[in-house]
Amino acid sequence: MDPSGWDLFLSSLGPLAGGAIAGTIPLALVSFALGLVLALVIALMRLSKVRVVSGIARVYISIVRGTPLLVQLFVIFYGLPSIGVVIAPWPSAIVAFSINVGGYAAEVIRAAILSVPKGQWEAAWMIGMSRRRALTRIVLPQAARVSVPPLSNTFISLVKDTSLASLILVAELFRQAQEVAAFSQEFMLLYLEAALIYWVICLVLSSGQSVLEKRLDRYVAH
Amino acid sequence: MSPTDSHAPDSHSPALLTVRGLQKSFGDNHVLGSIDVTLHAGQVMALIGPSGSGKTTLLRCLNGLEIADGGTVDVAGELRVDFGAPVAKKNLSALRDQSAMVFQHYNLFPHKTVLENVIEGPVVVHKRSRADATADALALLDRVGLTEKKDAYPFELSGGQQQRVGIVRALALKPRLLLFDEPTSALDPELVGDVLSLIKELAREGWSMIIATHELEFAREVAGEVAFVDGGVIVERGDPEQVLRHPRQERTRRFLHRLLFPF
Repeated sequence: MDPSGWDLFLSSLGPLAGGAIAGTIPLALVSFALGLVLALVIALMRLSKVRVVSGIARVYISIVRGTPLLVQLFVIFYGLPSIGVVIAPWPSAIVAFSINVGGYAAEVIRAAILSVPKGQWEAAWMIGMSRRRALTRIVLPQAARVSVPPLSNTFISLVKDTSLASLILVAELFRQAQEVAAFSQEFMLLYLEAALIYWVICLVLSSGQSVLEKRLDRYVAH
Repeated sequence: MSPTDSHAPDSHSPALLTVRGLQKSFGDNHVLGSIDVTLHAGQVMALIGPSGSGKTTLLRCLNGLEIADGGTVDVAGELRVDFGAPVAKKNLSALRDQSAMVFQHYNLFPHKTVLENVIEGPVVVHKRSRADATADALALLDRVGLTEKKDAYPFELSGGQQQRVGIVRALALKPRLLLFDEPTSALDPELVGDVLSLIKELAREGWSMIIATHELEFAREVAGEVAFVDGGVIVERGDPEQVLRHPRQERTRRFLHRLLFPF
């Protein structure tokens, strides 16, 4: 790399990292947290014996998984204003990403709940627990262990997908890279630098996943 | 520790458990025909019979894990559940509170330590103080020789140890009635003895129990009454010596013969 390229790399590190810290990371964290809550609700609805309830969940999951995230984002940010609903870039992005995580993670959580043996429910009922308490104290903690790897995948995908928010004017990492690139005309350098930062974030997340798995593995035979 | 003051059945007071005409079907499969059981406080009843005969379903109905389709269950003249009509949630949980079940496959909570398994019901459901429940739990663990395993997770225990924890978990609920669903069927042969001798001890202390088992010698020793269940009905019942040594019914004789001479 020639000296001026190196200088540009270093000087743009600030804005790009700023975009990650002020944009990408909080966007991913907030959307994932909200999305998980939504996913749990959808998963429980999907497991409901009431046909209408499980049907609603099924349709929701089908729509979320069957349409592109970019289209969902555009519907919310560029589409809704035409029916009088105007949502600012940040909330639009959070709504779109949460809805998206809600659909994908719901299937993960549903499968994880189903993976807990029926005997665990029965033992919980036997000691006098209600359905809700059996779920929260006995079944979900065991389901959590099973769902960490697939939910980590969902989270890592989300971190990368937040780059789509650049298209609705959210000043996240990729948008910062685009702006510096447009100004300096060094597209290769800036986009590689953005890729590098995404990669570093995902490396940190992967090691976080290992730590979490180890913690939850303390009661599992090896 | 002893759950009852008087061990001898009192014919004037109502029986601890009176089951009349209990029925259960899964689709077209009539798992329980029409079961009658009377158990007095401090009595032990053993259920023997082939797999799929309905022993387990009977126990599960008594613990409310299955909802019977018909019949009644009375407990000590205080609680009456009629399965002929839809059963209110409140009634079902009241019935469940009367008994505690020991499962064939233990069903301990794998994410909780031995001690946590035992105090979960007392603390979370019965709202007892943690200190109180822990003291009781440690005393129970001590008597089954598992004090030093209190902080272990279930996967670190042998099958026999896990089942003893399963029994302690049931005892900690202070139920009126203990239900054992083939408590040694999943155990390696050399681990069966410890669990059976613990159950015999509990019987001597006056716990009321219904035990589904394939261990005939154990049933003969521990039970005041043995019932042979086949095809969802009690084919023959009575004194253990009589049922196990001199069965009146041909079906009982054939079952016992198969169990004693499998080859």
